[in-house]
Amino acid sequence: MVVVLASLLRPRDEVWEHLVATVLSRYVINTAWLLAGVGAGVLVIGVGTAWLVTMCRFPGSRVLEWALLLPMAMPAYLMAYTYTDLLDVAGPVQVALRAWTGWSARDYWFPPIRSLGGAVAVMALVFFPYVYLLARTAFLEQSVCVLEASRTLGRGAWRSFTGIALPLARPGIVAGLTLALLETLADFGTVEYFAVDTFTTGIYRSWFGMDSRLTASQLAAILLLVVLGAKMLEHLARGGARYHHTSLRYRHLTPYRLRGARAAGALLACALPVILGFLIPAGALLRMTLERGDWLAGTLFPRLAANSLLLAALTGALAVLLAVAIAGSLRLAPGRLARLGAAIATLGYAVPGSVIAVGVLVTVGRADAALDGWMRATWGIATGLLLSGTIAALVFAYLVRFLALSFQTVDAGLAKIRPSLEGAARTLGRGPLGTLGAVHAPLLRGSVLTAGLLVFVEVMKELPATLIVRPFNFDTLAVRVYRLASDERLAEASTAALAIVAVGVVPVIVLSLAIARARPGTASSALPGAGSGGSA
Amino acid sequence: MRRRTFVRGVTTALGVAAVGAVPTIATAQSQPGDVNVYSSRHYDTDDRLYSDFTAQTGVRVNLIEGTEDQLLARIQSEGANSPADILLTVDAGRLWRTEQAGLFQPVASEVLTSRVPANLRHPEGFWVGLAKRARVLAYAKHRVDPAELSTYEALADPKWRRRILVRSSSNVYNQSLVGALIEAHGLDATQQWARAIVANMARPPQGGDSDQLLAVAAGAGDLAISNHYYYARLAMSDNAAQREAADKLALFFPNQGPDGRGTHVNVSGAGVVATAPHRDNAVAFLEYLVGDAAQAVFARGSMEFPVVEGVELHPLLASWGPFQEDPLNAATFGYNGRGALFIMDRAGWR
Repeated sequence: MVVVLASLLRPRDEVWEHLVATVLSRYVINTAWLLAGVGAGVLVIGVGTAWLVTMCRFPGSRVLEWALLLPMAMPAYLMAYTYTDLLDVAGPVQVALRAWTGWSARDYWFPPIRSLGGAVAVMALVFFPYVYLLARTAFLEQSVCVLEASRTLGRGAWRSFTGIALPLARPGIVAGLTLALLETLADFGTVEYFAVDTFTTGIYRSWFGMDSRLTASQLAAILLLVVLGAKMLEHLARGGARYHHTSLRYRHLTPYRLRGARAAGALLACALPVILGFLIPAGALLRMTLERGDWLAGTLFPRLAANSLLLAALTGALAVLLAVAIAGSLRLAPGRLARLGAAIATLGYAVPGSVIAVGVLVTVGRADAALDGWMRATWGIATGLLLSGTIAALVFAYLVRFLALSFQTVDAGLAKIRPSLEGAARTLGRGPLGTLGAVHAPLLRGSVLTAGLLVFVEVMKELPATLIVRPFNFDTLAVRVYRLASDERLAEASTAALAIVAVGVVPVIVLSLAIARARPGTASSALPGAGSGGSA
Repeated sequence: MRRRTFVRGVTTALGVAAVGAVPTIATAQSQPGDVNVYSSRHYDTDDRLYSDFTAQTGVRVNLIEGTEDQLLARIQSEGANSPADILLTVDAGRLWRTEQAGLFQPVASEVLTSRVPANLRHPEGFWVGLAKRARVLAYAKHRVDPAELSTYEALADPKWRRRILVRSSSNVYNQSLVGALIEAHGLDATQQWARAIVANMARPPQGGDSDQLLAVAAGAGDLAISNHYYYARLAMSDNAAQREAADKLALFFPNQGPDGRGTHVNVSGAGVVATAPHRDNAVAFLEYLVGDAAQAVFARGSMEFPVVEGVELHPLLASWGPFQEDPLNAATFGYNGRGALFIMDRAGWR
């Protein structure tokens, strides 16, 4: 990170001049629209559906509670592939339209799927579960008393929502939104596929096309500064506000029962994101697989899936441990410097995967060279490459990229634990670490689970770092998709794609069940305190 | 109690994962009887090449696939200890760049020099071309008279307004084509050409070469610029819709005739990495790749043109007949790569 930021101090080269003179303004405008569109999309879909399924009962609401997480299992690039395949000029929808009307391809206007609008739609559909997940856990654990007080004081459902529930859920919602926007910034595959040039395109083209690592680093540095600035702004805007609850009374909340048109409306609003974000693309993949599947699937897949699972599980566990360590030390020994350090450590999420990958290659390579040199000089033993080209290097790359995911989740969970609990523990003679173990760890169980599974799913889907950092002959499901898709053989890629989705669905469902169980006031959480562990 | 179970669960998971990771880390290190290949080709048919080589020689092929530039970055960061023996790419410009960066070593091999034409390999043996791909024009049979087609340059004519389909300038095949035009006509003329092409585009560039072909077949444009094998793959597809699409198209090889430069051709090629730990195996691997058997795999499997004379073409490729090639100059592609991108950016070729 520091290396990237320091590049700003160096003089600009001709590639920089060229970009500024020609395409940079377009990249910036596209990026801004993309962020605005995806941000608005995930907020409306994520918060809206979370409120509906948590506070209202309507036909199908119990199924939708977990079904709304399904789009998370679908990598954005796969969604881009499938929707393009369906809606492009040569796809089945337009072919049918032309056959039905007798028009030729240039006689009519059809919303172009490969466009800014298409990219916004696909990314909003893939990323809204972050907001949904974190908003829902926030709503679930809100003390019923607050809402009841609000209703007693004459506020209606809507005003209780906007006046009480929404502001109280802010840390969760902002964390979810942040994740969605960072993911949008870091994306290259989807925007490239949709022919939308963003800031990331600029980084790629200047680095790989124009062979200017300097300009690429400078662009990346600007990106990081903007992200850092936005984080600071949110922190300032929150000011001294605290979001834990003062009341300990959790009771089962009586949901609003919706009937008739309202129930139908709620059902439609919650089902649509699932249909568009999961059922249609997964169905399209299934159809492609059945028609023209990957003929190597049977022999290759068990090993590919095992590799994918190994990486995802290992990284998920490590990411959680690190997140608890960082968030815990921030809590126990707060300070501006520590906060800034944590912010920088989690910036990786905004950086495109390939850039992280090359950064990790360089770092690991230097470490290896230094160790090898030292060992030769001191002991006369050549150690060669101990880290480069190993699983360890790959897991390191994942951690750099996905630590934000686990940290944000754990941190948001911590923010809701009442400081008086810590005070009590400290008064009773526990040290800072003892407090973390005795008080925070049990309360954070839900957050920790959420964090681990989020990272797990992301690693399953991750491509650029996996591709270039991995050991010899070490293929994963995502690598298989890449090999076929980069050869423009999408139909065959569908089999491995479907496998990624299938493996990703399992933790998503586990996650959803765990959150529902952690609901305060339900039978499974015996202690009122332990019940609030579902925070995320 | 709960906390203990949880902590124990996490610890167990970590332990299991660590034990699982150890053998994988161990096998990451290569053995003396291996050859380590870094490849930016992503064809399943290449697996045949590797397994046949192992069957013939007993040398195991270890493989990492990725994009060229990232593979280069990996070799560079691994430094003197890099396990890489062979870098296999799909663009002559990248071969030139790798050689310029000092990452290839010269190979003096009678087999390579006798079998591969001189213009398809480095004069001092830093790299060798393995298979050729031609950048051709695919036109809609019913809307375009092939008599209207002649050269890449002629596509700038206003009669093609809003009729041409071509992919993004991010793609290396377009960069090498424009690089060749810079070599032939200079920067200013190429800049004008690129502006005219942008004006003639039927839509902003989107998708890969296959998408351009399918879009022409669907009627979104009249002519696409594409590598030849994407068309061959559609025509040979086991999917009826793709064969139908190919049926509506025909190929044209531009810049032919006595005054023509020839059709733009790029190569898949490879070189032995400067720090290769298994140099002999690496050279043997290159020699194997230009042998008749391997060349036939290139021709039949990925439907490229073999570099060795006399190797039988895929019947579809053979049916197109011989054509005149623009003599490949890797330095031109490599050196003009950045200039080509500058030109396309200025022209608004996204």
